[in-house]
Amino acid sequence: MLMISPKMASGMQEKQYTPSLLSFFIYNPTFGPREGEEEKKILFYHPSDVEKNEKIRNVGLCEAIVQFTRTFCPTKPAKSLHTQKNRQFFFEPEENFWMVMVVRNPMIEKPNKDGKPPTVEYQEEEMLDTVYGAVVRQCYSMYKLFNGTFSRAMQAGGVELLMQKLEKFFYRYLQTLHLQSCDLLDVFGGISFFPLDKMTYLKIQSFVNRVEESLSLIKYTAFLYNDQLIWSGLEQDDMRILYKYLTTSLFPRHSEPELAGRDSPMRPEVAGNLLHYGRFLTGPTNLKDPEAKFRFPKIFVSAEDGYEELHLIVYKAMSAAACFMISASVELTREFCEQLDSLVGPQLTLLASDICEQFTINRRISGPEKEPQFKFIYFNHMNLAEKSTIHMRKTASVCLTSVHPDLMKILGDINCDFARVDEDEEIIVKAMTDYWVVGKKSDQRELYVILNQKNANLIEVNGTSPLFGIKQMYVILTKSTPSVPVISSSPYVDPCLFFSPFSFFFITLEEVKRLCATQFNNIFFLD
Amino acid sequence: MAEEHYLELSENPVQFEHASSVNNVFFDEANKQVFAVRSGGATGVVVKGPDDKSSVAFRMDDKGEVKCIKFSIGNKILAVQRTSKSVVFPDKRSLKLLKSQSINVNWYQYCPETAVILLSTTVQGNILQPFAFRNGTMSKMSKFEIELPVVPKPAKLSLSERDIAMATIYGQLYVMYLKHHSRTANSPSAEVVLYHLSREGSCKKSHVLKLNTTGKFALNIVDNLVVVHHQTRLCPEHPPAPVLLLHRPLVFPAGPAAVPSQPPVPCQLYSSSWSVFQPDIIISASEGYLWYLQVKLPPTVNLLQDKGKLMDFLLRRRECKMVILSVCSQSAYLTAGSLPVVATVFDKLNQVYKDYLEAEQSYTQAMESGPSRGSAAQKRPVRTQAVIDQSDMYTHVLSSFTERKGVSHKFIIAVLMEYIRSLNQFQITVQHYLYELVIKTLVQHNLFYMLHQFLQYHVLSDSKPLACLLLSLESTYPPAHQLSLDMLKVPNNRPETRCCSTRCLGRSSRETSDSGEAPPSTQVSTARSTWLTSSSCLGSRR
Repeated sequence: MLMISPKMASGMQEKQYTPSLLSFFIYNPTFGPREGEEEKKILFYHPSDVEKNEKIRNVGLCEAIVQFTRTFCPTKPAKSLHTQKNRQFFFEPEENFWMVMVVRNPMIEKPNKDGKPPTVEYQEEEMLDTVYGAVVRQCYSMYKLFNGTFSRAMQAGGVELLMQKLEKFFYRYLQTLHLQSCDLLDVFGGISFFPLDKMTYLKIQSFVNRVEESLSLIKYTAFLYNDQLIWSGLEQDDMRILYKYLTTSLFPRHSEPELAGRDSPMRPEVAGNLLHYGRFLTGPTNLKDPEAKFRFPKIFVSAEDGYEELHLIVYKAMSAAACFMISASVELTREFCEQLDSLVGPQLTLLASDICEQFTINRRISGPEKEPQFKFIYFNHMNLAEKSTIHMRKTASVCLTSVHPDLMKILGDINCDFARVDEDEEIIVKAMTDYWVVGKKSDQRELYVILNQKNANLIEVNGTSPLFGIKQMYVILTKSTPSVPVISSSPYVDPCLFFSPFSFFFITLEEVKRLCATQFNNIFFLD
Repeated sequence: MAEEHYLELSENPVQFEHASSVNNVFFDEANKQVFAVRSGGATGVVVKGPDDKSSVAFRMDDKGEVKCIKFSIGNKILAVQRTSKSVVFPDKRSLKLLKSQSINVNWYQYCPETAVILLSTTVQGNILQPFAFRNGTMSKMSKFEIELPVVPKPAKLSLSERDIAMATIYGQLYVMYLKHHSRTANSPSAEVVLYHLSREGSCKKSHVLKLNTTGKFALNIVDNLVVVHHQTRLCPEHPPAPVLLLHRPLVFPAGPAAVPSQPPVPCQLYSSSWSVFQPDIIISASEGYLWYLQVKLPPTVNLLQDKGKLMDFLLRRRECKMVILSVCSQSAYLTAGSLPVVATVFDKLNQVYKDYLEAEQSYTQAMESGPSRGSAAQKRPVRTQAVIDQSDMYTHVLSSFTERKGVSHKFIIAVLMEYIRSLNQFQITVQHYLYELVIKTLVQHNLFYMLHQFLQYHVLSDSKPLACLLLSLESTYPPAHQLSLDMLKVPNNRPETRCCSTRCLGRSSRETSDSGEAPPSTQVSTARSTWLTSSSCLGSRR
């Protein structure tokens, strides 16, 4: 049984510190095996101003821990090290290359009377290995997306090139890590899909096919709307990380000036007398600029024989974004960009308004948005589809959640529990302040629901008093939404919006009873 | 090498004894009968109709030269004209004057299909007065004027009977006027001017077909196409070089296409004894043949580069199906920039397909709701060759296209998706075998993630057969398992559909139907075990 101690705010002067990045380093023990050459092992170290010997010491410690734990299980060495003040995460993405992230535990600083130094209380249990372990893996995936593997750099230019690349990439990337807001969604690393009717989807298909046909240089295309994915020509794993980059880095950077109204993208001088809103998010900002550079970021994706390097062109019109990927061996010219602009711009503008129209129709049918009785996170391992009503829109700087961090922690705990077993299961947790958290795992899908019901009482189950105020909770995977549920207290969802229920499961009182009887150890009482 | 011709004379012409000093030949446009009258009928009259059954032979007394001879409908009454003012009916019958109109008439033309008679009046002859015969009554329609190229001074008869023809095109009656070029007027070439005679009685000039040439012309209507025959001698040393002008102004107001034609009949083309009758008859009295003019569609596909216009043209033709299907397969051959063309072609085909399905549906509904009160029983819609359904496309175009070597799989999938898009756009239910084709193609090229996304957005609609197919892919692509089970759990899919294994499905549907009370985990495991037992039938689908 897991106990979570409630944090009671006892004094006004208390100061709470969130987890923060202490250090981040990458090393390869085989590069400096002899004594006195230890520094050669270190490929990257953040913060860079740390004294050399301390770097060597810290790297040495990690090396030792990994070696030591290997004696217990040669294939699965330690993944993390918990200490009072911090936690270290180890990850070996490629053979002998180790990435280590050291995170300071969240803490509370309590002031003392009489001018004594404040007492610091570390909350070492508040952090989840799964969440931060996922963050480290994401760091590597992101590096690999833009640079290829470590060994690729080694082959191309030896240790020096690799170190240059690591420095260049991680110097900026680590600044964008917001460890305080990492949570279950980082574990999933899912993709949010845009709900769309079949006909509009087919129109997008048709658009993608036509563009790829007329601009035969284009090898892959991805299509997003409202920062949600609609189509990916890339394989799932590559799309997952590209999606992460687009939605947490590229789009937020560009949407902010738009929102501020600084840069109106409408261009009246477009060829063909067709006004369009299309513009490049990568590459040239203004095609008419004679000085414009036609350089695009390069990305690495998996191919039949290892990896292939591609130019990444991201082109956006209103809320619709198309990513075109072209083999990096081709040099992209002004002519090509102009051709793409004149071909894609008008079509994409038209599509964007089509989708927007469809979207507003659907919203109107579904009626005014009511404050839902519950919030949820859904994830499907099979297609990486994720949906959260807990998280606010992501911006470049922060990812906001609408629930208390303690609840998020509970979600993370339930997820860890699910990860331990293969069977389907359901976990119900009574959290403090009248919250109930329900976790449900069914085959490849996971669903977490947070409910706020004052009088719900699990012990008092007598068949008549409802547990959640709603007797049954239907999770409906709709036609219009790819495997993303709509939670409803009624099994009958407006057929106009949801053409037919795709699949559903629900939680009944009987189910709760059964769980109480058979899986009592999965239910946590937390007050 | 002879250029391919797109008009031909019918293979089995009606043969009759050719015209000679002792044998007169007559043609009745109403019954399409040829009369060969030997020696004024004394040595025999042979009547040949459009088919062999309607041949009649008889004798009659020679009472002088026969000027005209016709049967009534059904060959009941024979009428013979020997002098300019008398008609003899061999069977003694009385005639009654029903109605009379007093008009000065230069000449007349009669269209048997629509029972409209056209009279040429006034001195110049260019004011035409139509009368319609309907249910035994004759009604006067409004007269109209044919614009002459030059107005002769002093006035004289300027509109010849030969330059006017009546024909029905797409169910509408038209008066066609062959307007010859004139050096004085500002008309460099001849034209065919079409006047539309509406049922309400008004007449409007509707189309002008520019012929871009001069000479002698004759008109036919074949398969709703206006055929302009053009006889011209290019060079005295050479035999006459016949030129046919095919013009499609009702479909496109574009310029004419002139292509020399060589019908494959051992006869002299455009010999002086040729007579042209409406709508599609050519008679050579001196050779004793009656032909029907026919359109040969395959060579016409090269006349129009614009495939969309070509489809418009083909879809209106009688024997179009195989030609359209072959154009479809050829369109798919093209590569760069052809997807929009493919899309246009599919949309045009599916529009016709959809119209037919709708007509069929409303007919079925009308039949089910019983005989309608008041209105006459609805006619079952006729399925013309232009209705190209999914099985036609699958059999003749798509299935072989997906097997074609040297075509990128990207393009193959794009074409298949374009067809599915078009069907959806017209709200036509897509048949399972098309989905199967898409899946097969995707699986062949290991494009599982693409397949997955299509299923996610229900582009490939859920069905039991599809669920079966997916389940069979589970070993190569594990997520297919979840996709398949989701599909089976959809309540809508529970009614039995065609499937490889009805026994197993029957079980699974019974088990999932009462799953309303069961937790999802049990649902999944039940379905899984069900399918494990049916692995043998699934194996056969691979």
